[in-house]
Amino acid sequence: MSDSQAVVPTAAHEDIHRPALLHHFATEEQQRDASNLGMWIFLATEVMFFGGLFCAYLIYRHWYFGDFGAASKSINALLGGVNTAVLICSSLTVVLAIWAAQTARRGMMLAMLALTMLFGLVFLGIKGVEYRDKFDENHVPGASFSFEKVPIPSHPDQYANPQHAQIFFALYFIMTGLHALHMVVGLGIFTWLFWMAWKGRFTPEYYTPLEIGGLYWHFVDIVWIYLFPLLYLIDRHP
Amino acid sequence: MATATVPAVEREDYLNKEYGIASWLLTTDHKRIALLYLISITFFFFIGGFFALLIRLELLTPAGDLVQADTYNKLFTQHGQVMVFFFLIPSIPAVLGNFLIPLMVGAKDLAFPRINLLSWYLYIIAGMMMVHCMLTGGVDTGWTFYTPFSTAFSNTKVIEAGLAIFVAGFSSILTGLNFVVTIHRMRAPGLTWSRLPLFVWAHYATSIIQILGTPVIAITLVLVVAERALHLGIFDPKLGGDPLLFQHLFWFYSHPAVYIMILPSMGVVTEIIPCFSRKRVFGYIFVALSSIAIAVFGFLVWAHHMFVAGISVYAALVFSILSYAVAVPSAVKVFNWTATLYKGSIHYSAPMLYAFGFVGLFTIGGLTGLFLSALGVDMHVHDTYFVIAHFHYIMVGGALMGYLGGMHFWWPKISGRLYPEAWARLAALIVFIGFNLTFFPQFILGYVGMPRRYYQYPPEYQVLNVLSTAGATVLAVGYLLPMIYFLWSMRYGKPAPDNPWRAAGLEWMVQSPPTTFNFAEQPVVTWEAYNYDEIDKGYKEEPQLVG
Repeated sequence: MSDSQAVVPTAAHEDIHRPALLHHFATEEQQRDASNLGMWIFLATEVMFFGGLFCAYLIYRHWYFGDFGAASKSINALLGGVNTAVLICSSLTVVLAIWAAQTARRGMMLAMLALTMLFGLVFLGIKGVEYRDKFDENHVPGASFSFEKVPIPSHPDQYANPQHAQIFFALYFIMTGLHALHMVVGLGIFTWLFWMAWKGRFTPEYYTPLEIGGLYWHFVDIVWIYLFPLLYLIDRHP
Repeated sequence: MATATVPAVEREDYLNKEYGIASWLLTTDHKRIALLYLISITFFFFIGGFFALLIRLELLTPAGDLVQADTYNKLFTQHGQVMVFFFLIPSIPAVLGNFLIPLMVGAKDLAFPRINLLSWYLYIIAGMMMVHCMLTGGVDTGWTFYTPFSTAFSNTKVIEAGLAIFVAGFSSILTGLNFVVTIHRMRAPGLTWSRLPLFVWAHYATSIIQILGTPVIAITLVLVVAERALHLGIFDPKLGGDPLLFQHLFWFYSHPAVYIMILPSMGVVTEIIPCFSRKRVFGYIFVALSSIAIAVFGFLVWAHHMFVAGISVYAALVFSILSYAVAVPSAVKVFNWTATLYKGSIHYSAPMLYAFGFVGLFTIGGLTGLFLSALGVDMHVHDTYFVIAHFHYIMVGGALMGYLGGMHFWWPKISGRLYPEAWARLAALIVFIGFNLTFFPQFILGYVGMPRRYYQYPPEYQVLNVLSTAGATVLAVGYLLPMIYFLWSMRYGKPAPDNPWRAAGLEWMVQSPPTTFNFAEQPVVTWEAYNYDEIDKGYKEEPQLVG
């Protein structure tokens, strides 16, 4: 679709069989393009939003490489890896839900939307287990934070600086916490999409909300795809 | 008088279509939302102005006698925060842009009318948080929230102010998003990019900055709030953090943010000057692309705020040179405005007087910006009143003059009434004189060494400070006047014809005030922007403007 201008409306504009067309758009195509572009621009703002955090993380990772390595080693890469797989599966189910809408498979669309939400809940559950472990180990920044005598992975004879490790955990909680918050918002959006789908609002001609909701979901997945190696995997040796 | 088009019977328009509070608070009409914004930002403008007046009164005498030092810190902090985040950034985009962009592109509304209303509510929520913060103690960090002062030492309401600005940021993002989608997807048939009014181009550039810059200040404020509440160490050097990282993140948004404030004003002036000199804009494409160039370069100059903060000398060198680069597209605009005037048939109407004021004051503000981007000079005048004078020439002399000029130019379209022209010219003159009297002495004060953000000063600086305070009083009169006669004109002003200025542009081809859906049928554009030669040929008698 090129950078189109509005098309002169015809008598069909008033057609009662086009309930999804809002008054200020000339055609459904224009409306769909506008919604999609709006979501892409919103995702650009999200990139900049997380970008500030990634920037801070990369600078401190560079400054305190060994300390961050020691802190990174204390988080559970297996759980993180499982979560990565769960999220990738959820992106697949989103795509399948859109395909089901395009091909008028109502049952499959509802099943895929439900499955997406289930994967999302599994992700948050596993994340909760990881957070609980950090609480148990006193790795949450603040008054009770403790990271004494933890060796640096690449220099086992040296101990990590607890203050620098605390910066790692601060960034870890803020980055994964904001990501989890986006997951919660995504679950809200998908509950609404499921409700719309249940009421039969989506047809092969009109499924824009699924498409832009899906864009959001994929974006949140991609953020995790970057968070996982940055937080869990750099300089990690068995 | 070109009043032949004023009808005898009252027509339906967006103002008289529905009455009642709910028809305003739940409206999705971009024109009504623009008026909601107009009322709200005027409220914040007078709050910010009140703080400014107290600052100037304190500085009337060398001794710190009117307020205490702590109070003074809160005054300049809140003056800055209110004026930047709650007046200047929303001013032209959210009021004039909101009202005009759908009209100018020939659309019935913005692409996302409900999101438009949401962004006003976010603004109001943020504004109420800010007012609450100010009423219950205020904040004293300077509008810049520099760490570690804001995170570890200040005893004021940093968290609440930070969250208020965080919310206001999302209002700004959503406005920008709405504009970009509208400009891309809602243009009338035939309205190609090269036929768009330059006001729309300027808002496109502004929106790009809002979309890409504002999220960075949002995450920075999240980090400041987290750091202050939990002492994480991210910006605290005592715990291994880096306060300079805060400054980088802060200015990555806050420098481009000054272009959020000035670009829309440039757009306004680019509409006014061709209309009142009856000529096409000189070098249309260069003026259009210079807006984009300013937005792009604007993202690459932020560290010129940090020349004395301890960044590497090589980085400072690069940022100094890049800061000079911003002057090029800015100068392109000034030269093109001047060339548009050349041999034009110039009318000294009130909007044009503001536009003239804008060009002159923006030039002074821009050139003194070059002084500041020169490393050596900046060492001398950094954090002095020279900097204050420089950015007030851009923000007040530039952005605010443009805003007032635009309000006068489009007031007949917005309200359906004409304002009193003689009063408006007088007000423009008072603003210009008051402004220069307030801020020109500050250039000298800064150059001879008076630092910013102090509530007392050596007696030898008093004469210039008295001049500045006197100017601020004159300026206040200049701002109250339009407020009074605009309100007066809503009831007693002459009904405005649809196109009182014989101006080009789709917004002048609909009735004043427009109907809720703007256009009875989809307009088709077959002409270039600013075709004043053709418009004037269409009138048989000598063009005679209202007023």
